[in-house]
Amino acid sequence: MNQIMSDKRVIALYTLPALLLILTLIYVPIVLTGYYGLMDWDGIGGMEFIGLENYANLIGDTMFWRSAWHSLLLALFSVGSLALYLTVSLVLAGNIKGADMFRKIFLIPMLLSSVAIAQLWIRIYHPSNGVMNRFLTSIGIENPPMWLADTSLVLFAIFVPIIWQYAGFYIIIYYAALKNIPKELEEAAKIDGASPLQIAYKIKLPLISGIIKVTIVLAVIGSLKYFDLIYVMTDGGPNGASEVMASYMYKLAFRSNDFGYGSAVGFFLLVLILIVTYLIRKATASKDEVQY
Amino acid sequence: MKKKSFLSLMALSTAGLIALSACGADESEDAASADENNNGGDTNEAAEQEEVTLDFMHLWPQGSSPDHYRIVTEIIEEFEEMHPHVTVEMEVLENEQYKNKLQVVSSSNQLPDVGMTWPAGFLEPYVNGDLFAPLDDALEEDNMRDDFVAGTIEAYSVDDEAYALPLELNIAPVFYNQAIFDEYGVEVPETYDDLIEVIDTLSEGGMTPIALGNRDRWTGSLWYMYLADRIGGSEALNSAIDRSGSFTDERLVEAADRIQEMVDHDAFISGFNGLSDQEAKAEFMNGNAAMYLIGSWDLPNYTTNEEVPQEFRDSIDFFKFPEVDGGDGDIDSWVGGPGVGLFVAENSDVKDEAKAFVKHFTEEWGKQSVEDAGVIPGTQVNTDEVDLPDLFIDVLDELNNASDITLFADVQMSSGVAETHLNMIQSLFGEDVTPEEFAETHEEALQEDE
Repeated sequence: MNQIMSDKRVIALYTLPALLLILTLIYVPIVLTGYYGLMDWDGIGGMEFIGLENYANLIGDTMFWRSAWHSLLLALFSVGSLALYLTVSLVLAGNIKGADMFRKIFLIPMLLSSVAIAQLWIRIYHPSNGVMNRFLTSIGIENPPMWLADTSLVLFAIFVPIIWQYAGFYIIIYYAALKNIPKELEEAAKIDGASPLQIAYKIKLPLISGIIKVTIVLAVIGSLKYFDLIYVMTDGGPNGASEVMASYMYKLAFRSNDFGYGSAVGFFLLVLILIVTYLIRKATASKDEVQY
Repeated sequence: MKKKSFLSLMALSTAGLIALSACGADESEDAASADENNNGGDTNEAAEQEEVTLDFMHLWPQGSSPDHYRIVTEIIEEFEEMHPHVTVEMEVLENEQYKNKLQVVSSSNQLPDVGMTWPAGFLEPYVNGDLFAPLDDALEEDNMRDDFVAGTIEAYSVDDEAYALPLELNIAPVFYNQAIFDEYGVEVPETYDDLIEVIDTLSEGGMTPIALGNRDRWTGSLWYMYLADRIGGSEALNSAIDRSGSFTDERLVEAADRIQEMVDHDAFISGFNGLSDQEAKAEFMNGNAAMYLIGSWDLPNYTTNEEVPQEFRDSIDFFKFPEVDGGDGDIDSWVGGPGVGLFVAENSDVKDEAKAFVKHFTEEWGKQSVEDAGVIPGTQVNTDEVDLPDLFIDVLDELNNASDITLFADVQMSSGVAETHLNMIQSLFGEDVTPEEFAETHEEALQEDE
């Protein structure tokens, strides 16, 4: 085996299929998107090279910045909700009764497809027949909010299912990481008289800080490119009140037939995510991992 | 051993590569040979016609539109019998996927020989990109042009040349529930003021006057279109869109103002901006709302659809959108327009067959679609000859008497402007903008598009 692997040609051969697939399916389209972003193109007829005009328009496009702001809000909320997931995981990993069952309950939303979740929450938010407003009227609130129709509420109304949807994913990551912490450390701390809160803060969290960083990056990237629930539940409406960058890009390219501009938005989104990822890595980088 | 396994691996992967590239080559060879066939046919008519394949893409899947699908299949079989050398290959996609696929294949110039398109704003980029073939020669044969309802072909025309033949035509009546009207003692409104009175009576009695699913946006656009038409006549809106006028025209601003007046009177179902058309329709069908403005494509639900309770279907009637006092509009003018039509691809190798197919299809579809699928075709229907429920006949008669049909705004405008229009409709209904801002934003978008 070692002999085969030391042959450079074999290495090239084995990595070639995957490399080719990634190149043709991911990297070539990215380069093409960047190229289309320099064009005035309706996606159907001929293209015309216009240089950076699309990007110049982008900077003055209030709708784009509005959707970027919404994406940023979503990223902040997602990162904030990580604290909630972490708390839940700490409790679940603390050998409480029924932890196994709770873990499964939290995981279930992950098994549903986005469209099913969207349909479910559209019904929950239904202005007159929805569970939410039925409940609110039953406890005496006369004019319950029109969740998906109210421009000031709609964005937050959609954040709830998005955060709910990913709970299981993050909880399972944290749970696995916490379970990996050697029992001896916790026992030693207990003998020294540390309270559960101290154990969590001083021992457990530092030990899984690597995982926490990864989840922050995942949450931010996932939020910035988020699309599906918003597309199904409101289609970015009413009048762009729940538009995010990805849904705006889709609308430009496929509804307004402005492929060139849509590609520019897509490419900008990619660059933005790269920068943000880099910044987060930089900000959370520590000199050495905690070891006990 | 090592060498041998390496070689066989190498051989395998090259074989794979060759197979892949062969797929690509196949297609172009096919196209080339088909081209030859076509040329052969042109130069020597007597030569035996070689087998050709006609690719046809449509958007009526068997699952969701079984009646449409059945008629399509029958027409194709008939056509294949008449032209034994032609095999029609069908590809069926749902509406949204269809639109996306059409755009994708068009950018690589691989449109099907025959496919479906929407009129005006949708069709224009395809025509400007020289992707659709003009069909005037087909229309001149047997005076086919006269078979169509006046104004429908025009919706598919660019610079006076027709690029598709319409299969569907719809107008939007206001459907209402007679049982609810009786219960609250209100009459069919004839003027806008009557309409407001009806709305007040209903909403004071706790009944939702109008079901509206404005998440889909074009639904609210219908209400605006009608008010603009009744106040300013069809000329006001049309001239704003074709740029001979302006959208800041006070008649168009007034129409927007009336929309907000209706909203203030609680005319529309609560939370309408967050409801889809389907959800709004469900409220109407469950008797939770008294009126519902929708295209005539919904007629089967109120007439022939066995899944809807008979009692409900019997209680549904329609009225023409009321006149506005002092307005220039005519009550026999409708908002509506053709739906899908058939195009022939400009680069098709089998253009003659494709045109013959489109002609045959449109004619046959016109004969069968109303009775069998509840679709009003673009060709004229003789209401004496078809066996249909009264409500259906009434709408068809109205269509034949229509003084004018104003094309749906989002179809009439180019796609970029339509996006602005639809967004502004949501804001207007949600009272996030004033009627003046509504008009100005339209004007800006229209100017930019020029």
